[in-house]
Amino acid sequence: MSDSIIDVKNLTKIYGEHKVVKNISFSVARGEVFGFLGPNGAGKSTTIKMLTTLLKPTNGTIKLDGTNVIEEKNEARFSFGIVFQDPSLDDELTAYENMELHGVLYHLPKADRIKRSEELMKLVELWDRKDSLVKTFSGGMKRRLEIARGLLHHPKVLFLDEPTLGLDTQTRNLLWDYVEKLNKTEGMTIFFTTHYLEEAENVADRIAVIDDGKIIANGTVKQLLALTKTKDLESAYLRLTGKQIREEEVDPNEAFRSRVRSRRMR
Amino acid sequence: MEIYYLWLRQIKRYTRSKSRMIGAVGQPLLFLLALGYGIGSLYKRAGNGNYIEFLVPGIIIQTILFGAIFWGINIIWDKQFGFLKETLVAPVSRLRILMGSALGGSTTTLAQATMVFFLSMLLGFRPYNWLLVPLALIVAMLFTFAVTCFGAGLASRVNDFQGFQAINQFLIFPLFFLSGALFPIQGFPKALKIIASCNPVSYSVDAMRHLLINQGYFQLWKDLAVLGLMVVVMVWFGVSSFKKIET
Repeated sequence: MSDSIIDVKNLTKIYGEHKVVKNISFSVARGEVFGFLGPNGAGKSTTIKMLTTLLKPTNGTIKLDGTNVIEEKNEARFSFGIVFQDPSLDDELTAYENMELHGVLYHLPKADRIKRSEELMKLVELWDRKDSLVKTFSGGMKRRLEIARGLLHHPKVLFLDEPTLGLDTQTRNLLWDYVEKLNKTEGMTIFFTTHYLEEAENVADRIAVIDDGKIIANGTVKQLLALTKTKDLESAYLRLTGKQIREEEVDPNEAFRSRVRSRRMR
Repeated sequence: MEIYYLWLRQIKRYTRSKSRMIGAVGQPLLFLLALGYGIGSLYKRAGNGNYIEFLVPGIIIQTILFGAIFWGINIIWDKQFGFLKETLVAPVSRLRILMGSALGGSTTTLAQATMVFFLSMLLGFRPYNWLLVPLALIVAMLFTFAVTCFGAGLASRVNDFQGFQAINQFLIFPLFFLSGALFPIQGFPKALKIIASCNPVSYSVDAMRHLLINQGYFQLWKDLAVLGLMVVVMVWFGVSSFKKIET
């Protein structure tokens, strides 16, 4: 087994005539905290979907902890946990029931499931709310629960797709504290995306920048600063990707979700 | 194991939503009362006998048809609000995810139909032979499962509630009204008779009528054959549509 836990080669995704991801290759070392940055519509989410078996690539190979993600989906699914950009909890179930169902779906032995659920829910400070329905939780609490759930089945890699989106500074700091703790104590590899560049600068061992479907830079924060001759990651990032605002094509599902959300708030 | 827990999830969601429980029984009950008493006297005067007795099997099918299709909204909900992603990245086949959920949806729908059955007994309905009631229950189960899978299949293919609602209006209502659930097919004009004979729902209504009140339009073996075919086609439709979902 090699030192890298994620190995991506010539990954391409084409929707009709739209090339969203263009022949990208990169690898992530075991135990690394890897930041995957890029403007809206650059291909970040599409790449994460391919890495996590939700989307079939048009071309290329993905290896996760030695498993071929495209051909051995189910084996690959045991080895990662994911926190999606949008919440993916069942609101009508309690926090504990969400954990329980996850444990069952990942074939965790019952004793292990019970023990680890308690440990993880204590880690994210939700154990005293375990019997509350998730719909009564705040955005930050939901995110914490999702992290706990994503870790339940002892994954080797944790994917975090914009985990701090819409959270206040306190919650964001707390969340990164958990993540760093996990990375240190369990040696877990972390793959995350974010638009908050100071977060990436603080926590990432290595960063890849994707733009227009291609990886345009890949290295430690220091290397990126040296490459662009800048002093902080935000300047480096802007130097790399330009200042122009990106027009993202609207995903009909996303448009619908935001419509419902705004209606609920009224 | 995972099928059981996915089933249990549906049951929990259902029992926690009191309004959904009441609403699902309310519509068929309204039909039963309004039509039963409204048309009942006309029906009797026309020399056709007891209309409530005729109506109950149809109303049971109505409860199932609308309940099971409406359950499909759960799939849209899961798709739009993320929970579906959690199940789709889990090491569980889509077939199992769908079966667990659909069995849960079938159970709750069948519970509603059973409630309607007992409520109709309060209005004086009696099955003509209690020994055939278990058979009627099996017919109801198969029909429920078929429609649940159909609802799940539709929900997999549309992305918003409005689209789902439109299908409901333009497909399910006609299927229901042209099934002989409310009025005897014998009295339909020729063209409608042909349509009713092509409507799979007619055969389940007819089977229920054979088993509960010993009346029928088609032969029972035909009803059961169509029902069997319907189960196979609907499960296939549900599974193949659910497998195509991309997030």
